[in-house]
Amino acid sequence: MINQLPASVAINPRFDTWLRFQAGRTVRVATGKVEIGQGVVTALSQIAAEELALDLAQVVMLSGDSDAGPNERYTSSSLSIMDSGAAIRAVCAEARALLAARAALRLNCAVEQLTVAEGVFAVDGAASGVTYWDLADEIDWTQAATGTAAPKDAKDYRIVGKSIPRDDLAEKLTGGAFIHDWLPDDLLHARILRQPGPGAVLQELDEAAIKRAAGGTEVLRSANFVAFVGADEQAVEAAAAIAPGLAQWHGAPSISPGQQEADWLRGQASDDRRYGAPDGAGAGDLVQATFSRPYVAHASMAPSCALALFRDDHLTVWSHGQGMHPLRLNIAKVLDLPESAVTTRHMYGAGCYGHNGADDAALDAALIAVRMPGRHIRLQWRREEEFGFEPFGPAMLIDMSIRVDQDGKPADWTAEIWSPTHVQRPLADSGSLLAAEALKSPPSAQISDDPPEERGGGGTRNAKPYYDIPNSRIIHHLVTDPPVRTSALRTLGALPNVFALEAMMDELANRAGDDPLAYRLSLLSDPRARGVLEAVAARAKWPERGPGGESRGLGLAFSRYKNMAAYAAVAVAVSVDEEVRLKNIWVVADAGLVINPDGIRNQLEGGAVQGASWTLKEQVTMQGAGVTSLDWDSYPILRFAEVPEIEAVVMDQPGQPSLGVGECSVAPTAAAIGNAVAHALGIRIHHMPLTRQRIMASLLR
Amino acid sequence: MAQTYRFTVNGEDREVSARPDLPLIYVLRNQLGLTGTHYGCGLEQCGACMVLVDDEAVYACTRTMDSVANKSVLTMEGLGTREAPHPLQQAFMEEQAGQCGYCLSGILISAKALLDRNPNPSRSEIATALDGHLCRCGAHTRIIRAIERAART
Ligand code: FES
Ligand code: FES
Repeated sequence: MINQLPASVAINPRFDTWLRFQAGRTVRVATGKVEIGQGVVTALSQIAAEELALDLAQVVMLSGDSDAGPNERYTSSSLSIMDSGAAIRAVCAEARALLAARAALRLNCAVEQLTVAEGVFAVDGAASGVTYWDLADEIDWTQAATGTAAPKDAKDYRIVGKSIPRDDLAEKLTGGAFIHDWLPDDLLHARILRQPGPGAVLQELDEAAIKRAAGGTEVLRSANFVAFVGADEQAVEAAAAIAPGLAQWHGAPSISPGQQEADWLRGQASDDRRYGAPDGAGAGDLVQATFSRPYVAHASMAPSCALALFRDDHLTVWSHGQGMHPLRLNIAKVLDLPESAVTTRHMYGAGCYGHNGADDAALDAALIAVRMPGRHIRLQWRREEEFGFEPFGPAMLIDMSIRVDQDGKPADWTAEIWSPTHVQRPLADSGSLLAAEALKSPPSAQISDDPPEERGGGGTRNAKPYYDIPNSRIIHHLVTDPPVRTSALRTLGALPNVFALEAMMDELANRAGDDPLAYRLSLLSDPRARGVLEAVAARAKWPERGPGGESRGLGLAFSRYKNMAAYAAVAVAVSVDEEVRLKNIWVVADAGLVINPDGIRNQLEGGAVQGASWTLKEQVTMQGAGVTSLDWDSYPILRFAEVPEIEAVVMDQPGQPSLGVGECSVAPTAAAIGNAVAHALGIRIHHMPLTRQRIMASLLR
Repeated sequence: MAQTYRFTVNGEDREVSARPDLPLIYVLRNQLGLTGTHYGCGLEQCGACMVLVDDEAVYACTRTMDSVANKSVLTMEGLGTREAPHPLQQAFMEEQAGQCGYCLSGILISAKALLDRNPNPSRSEIATALDGHLCRCGAHTRIIRAIERAART
């Protein structure tokens, strides 16, 4: 790791972007990554305290500030510890070395004689009284970090590796700590009448009726963007609630019933790519099956929210989005302002699990603020707006065809995938902020793309088996014209791909008369992959599994997220009558060096529950002018009584670099459920969600 | 038309002016500054807005002002503070029960109502008491553990 400059430092080289030595013997440490419920800011503070040899209380974190902090793009893809953690480690180690060099001069000793604790130097173990803060002014912190200082040896860690409780959680448990809860005195509330789809034109809006129903509410209109603004939140909400019925649109979307199903994707216009081996020779039996997952939602618990203030020609936007620097750029572009005239600041929001409405709400608020200067505008989406207009996790359809050799092992593996794009973050990728479509000159249509393979791909994510298989290939049909906007949802394509891949592993094992665990192990040479599988099997008492087919099932699955981040194996016990009941979930992960073990367990558990929810219950429905699953009744998720006992274990690998862990349990949980249900029923269900209806249908077959 | 209502909030007498059909959540958040009570759906479907009215857990997003006149309301701010947390808040911190935390204020309230009437609930009794709540982050098992822990203290 030494001598290699972390990417985030290369982009933000100056020390003072990351660190500031400030009063009260504290150090402000900045990160471009933001807290979205995953505990990352606490983990990053542990790394900083460790490398600077400070007490945790001496580290003050600044997160997601476009003016004062580093640009680290988005908080996504389980990359925060790998990106920001590596940067903070390198910058802090180098700052400590610079300070030690100054201390040696001041104290007239050799650097080797120095030790430091809580920012106070000692010479040969004797306190010197000289501190970081005495020396900080003597160093030019505008200089670029070089990444040349050696970080601490992992065996000397005092704070990294400890389950430090999260500061933000204490705040959230005792008061209003979210962006939603910040109500400045001069605030005006705002809601939006959403354009039903890009290109839809507002023909008529009965503004008088709206004003009558919502006294004191102002109606702002600019082309097809309509906002309701006022001091009385409930009146503004009432205006937005009746407005759709008082508006007439031309060119609203028209979605036919079949379009909500993954099936529809086959044969649609697509941009086609191929990866891996050339077409295989035709020896051996061919095993084939088709799998699918419908459109699913982020479905954040909180409606998206943003505040904005335009004062003295400067726009400040507070947002719970995942990337404050990209957001600043995007908002400045839409408003035609120089970037220097816009500041974006992160505040806590409810979990987003990827690209949801957060950024769109920020533009909504900004558009209103520039028209009403001098007042804080607080914009909040309505519940049906959240469900109706977030960018969805795309539907996917997967054809698997596998040639098997004489020993029953896969010799040639093909996954053919149909999927709309998995990333349409504005500008940076291929999308636009929602309200930009409603303005006078909407952005030109953009060509949809997916994240490149070296970043883990989108629709292809984890489609390539991690197992030892001589030939494998992926045929990827990136469907270009889906009925709804789609973008990044936790794990992108990995959930459906691993669901399909690990189902095939079970099917191939059955066909070969092998135990599914033994079959997998016979194809896995990576010892860390074997390690998590063996550990999870032991916890789930795999050897006692039995033949199945009697309504009780035990299934397992493995994947290494993106084939390059954390390893995870999951086992799930179910009982199935008309419905799937989860009995137990066991998760074992190997994420290399662990910064905060309990934080990781929390992520593994949450990922398992969310993966289970998508697998068993969720589907976005749509028809006519748009989405019809607009509340929690029409879009049910896993409930308290349905969540089983979960045991999550993190393997300790202090000698290995940290691997992104926030998403690794999701896809193998989905796959393990699929395998457990097949074990319980003796019949495989290939299409998600595994609802009562699908189970009944498969039992009748 | 707006009317004057008197009620107790977190042990303090309050007087507010509001329309009779105004949901309690707007008064708590926008007039009294008690923003720990969260809006999630406005539909009695998610539980983010849960408060106690005369010791009963109710949805503040639909409970109207005229129905709480002269009653006693408890929000999460009335439980405890960071410095002096309520045993439930303490237990949630110890179990690190939560991820984003948006659902927690409402859940704390239902947990309090449960422990007040049943100091020793089973896992399934806890799950049943939380049936009105959703947690999208998947913190369920920790939340249940935290309530079990609070019951022991
Ligand atoms: S906000 Fe009241 S139940 Fe969702
Ligand atoms: S902790 Fe995020 S919704 Fe429950």
